[in-house]
Amino acid sequence: MEVYFDNSATTKPYDEVIDTMAEIMRNYYGNPSSAHSLGLMAEKKLNEAREAIAKTLNVSASEIVFTSGGSESNNFLLTGFVKEGAHVITTKTEHPSVLNTCMEMEGRGVEVTYLNVDNEGKIDLNELEKSINKNTQLVSIMHVNNETGIIQDIEAIGKLIKEKSSRAKFHVDAVQSYGKLNINIQSSGIDLLSASAHKIHGPRGAGIAYIRKGLTPKPLIYGGGQEKRLRSGTENLAAYAGFAKAVEIIYKNREKNFEHVLNIKKHFLNSIASMKGIKINGQHINDFSPYILSISFIGVRGEVLLHMLEAESVFVSTGSACAARDTKDSYVLKAIGLKNEEIKGTIRFSFSEFNTFSEVDKAINALSKCLKFLRRG
Amino acid sequence: MKELLLLKYAPEIFLKGLNRNTFEKKLKNNIDNALKGLDYEYVTDSGRTLLYSENFNEIIDRLKKVFGITEICIVTQVEADMDSIKAQAFKEVNDSFCSTFKIETNRANKKFVLNSMEVSRAVGEYVLNNVDGISVDIHNPKCVVNVEIREKAYVYSKRIKAQGGLPYGINGSTFLMLSGGIDSPVAGYLMARRGVDISCVYYHSHPYTSERAKEKVKELARILKEYTGHMKLCVVPFTDIQMQIMEKCREDELTIIMRRFMMRIACALAEKYGVNSVTTGESIGQVASQTMESLVVSDSVSDRPVFRPLVSMDKTDIMSLSRQIGTYETSILPYEDCCTIFVPKHPKTKPKLSDIEASEAALDIDNLVMQAMETTEIFFL
Repeated sequence: MEVYFDNSATTKPYDEVIDTMAEIMRNYYGNPSSAHSLGLMAEKKLNEAREAIAKTLNVSASEIVFTSGGSESNNFLLTGFVKEGAHVITTKTEHPSVLNTCMEMEGRGVEVTYLNVDNEGKIDLNELEKSINKNTQLVSIMHVNNETGIIQDIEAIGKLIKEKSSRAKFHVDAVQSYGKLNINIQSSGIDLLSASAHKIHGPRGAGIAYIRKGLTPKPLIYGGGQEKRLRSGTENLAAYAGFAKAVEIIYKNREKNFEHVLNIKKHFLNSIASMKGIKINGQHINDFSPYILSISFIGVRGEVLLHMLEAESVFVSTGSACAARDTKDSYVLKAIGLKNEEIKGTIRFSFSEFNTFSEVDKAINALSKCLKFLRRG
Repeated sequence: MKELLLLKYAPEIFLKGLNRNTFEKKLKNNIDNALKGLDYEYVTDSGRTLLYSENFNEIIDRLKKVFGITEICIVTQVEADMDSIKAQAFKEVNDSFCSTFKIETNRANKKFVLNSMEVSRAVGEYVLNNVDGISVDIHNPKCVVNVEIREKAYVYSKRIKAQGGLPYGINGSTFLMLSGGIDSPVAGYLMARRGVDISCVYYHSHPYTSERAKEKVKELARILKEYTGHMKLCVVPFTDIQMQIMEKCREDELTIIMRRFMMRIACALAEKYGVNSVTTGESIGQVASQTMESLVVSDSVSDRPVFRPLVSMDKTDIMSLSRQIGTYETSILPYEDCCTIFVPKHPKTKPKLSDIEASEAALDIDNLVMQAMETTEIFFL
């Protein structure tokens, strides 16, 4: 039995998604921009996909731009709205596709404030309030952190931004929450949002940028003017249709999935409760996404534990998959105040609706076996 | 008129007296090996051997990695008469856009009417009169044009720096302990540049170290192969040995006992394959296990010379060499290796041989080494 607990890195696509994509590639191969009937058929499919996704966010289809995924959406929405000399606010624990974009913009004369987080990873609303000034063009804050699973209160954040500034736009990186947690665009005052297909059993290479009506960013990709001139390039129709199929399935079961995954996580936490030498990075279960569980195993090297678990067919990750090729320790875990030793021993377990209780049992067994050995009894 | 490559050999090769022939032959062999698959031919002219090809770019790239060549010159062959030589020298200086130049002549063909000084003077005068805004500077010229007069004349000013060193394979052989780090590939490169034939040994701790770590080491060996032409990599399963040490020995002695096993296995492999020595990437004091005392204790299980070409180098110098030879980007990929998975909190920095030997008495050393040897995987990269 293979136990896949690395769903925040990527998920297994639904069979229906694969079927939909095959069907689109076989029968709807026309270019949606072509004038003939094959083009029109493809365009219809593209619109259907856009509608389906717009519906889940309760926005209009014209506010959805298809992209290649979360990183592109983040790059696009940040650089597309920030002008030279402007001020941007973000946090120290954002995904690299936000942080690196911010750092790049700093090099071009944009001022960036990186908000601190507390020892759970939450930002301080007072600090945010003080940081907003008349020059602030954009506030970019992720909904769920990809390493720890902490949920930021985007509703409160959005309200605060709107109170303080009529000018500042609110961008939410929802890659780890879209399709999993409830997102209310209107009541949260969200102007811009990024989401990705492959985190919710859709295909890789597909994402969306939500852009509130009336806002026009500068394109990231220039060309033939597809996606209302905001994102040129022939549309990856099969992937977008697959994305829409995944969304359709996951939204039908969203609350049920949430309950199920929460129970999985609770079962995991209960089973591990008596284990010694561990630190759970997320004590208040309601403040964290049930889909992510970060645990530091003191005195153990994360990568070594990962490979030992792998030998037992349990697949996890250290920190985030994006950081696995990086030599530096996790900046997210550093920001929440973990000690070096704790950071080095951190493993992220991330769940999906497909996971079962017996998989958790198997993982816990493997874990205690490995730990017992690594710590020499 | 045609373009040829003139290869300058390391001056050391010419100091070898009666062995010079062997060195030159080996180098020629290595050059042919490096250029396998490319179209080229040798052109000889009264004792000089030059290389001819339709397309030099790929050839130059490969020759730049052949040890024993110090410089690759792109020469133009012209008729051995003053008009042709002058015309080509003019072209070289004119194309170089330099402000100062000088002519250096070597006249091997003594039948040629002018002597070398006279040739330099006449050619220099011609260039000076015909290139705009140029002057002669014999001490510090921006452009040096060499004229070599044999059956034909050879004119050149373009020189490409190559590796130097001695022909690969002329100076015995070694087993390089290749980890995934920055140091060991550099150590291997330095030995290879002195003409030592390299094979690699890597200690793999499956499942604690990943397949990616193994792939990374293979990649490092592959990069070294660009210099050596061939490469054998032995991957030794090391987990059982580490487990035994973990179970039966003191925690703070883990690292040194592990090093001794690595040394034993490297020596056994050297014995098996008729290799002379062992090479490591250790540098004195770099980490806790690389103290003088530790090196003494790990060397005492070796029955052949252990070379440590980096022993006196600073980390920053090792890093810049690693960038230069092209291994750095691969070396910094962050996978755990067998040396990092079980690190004692306070490793012994001054181990005593008698203590370590006493601790090792709990282990069935011969059997463990034999098992590791039997399950070693061999790759010819």
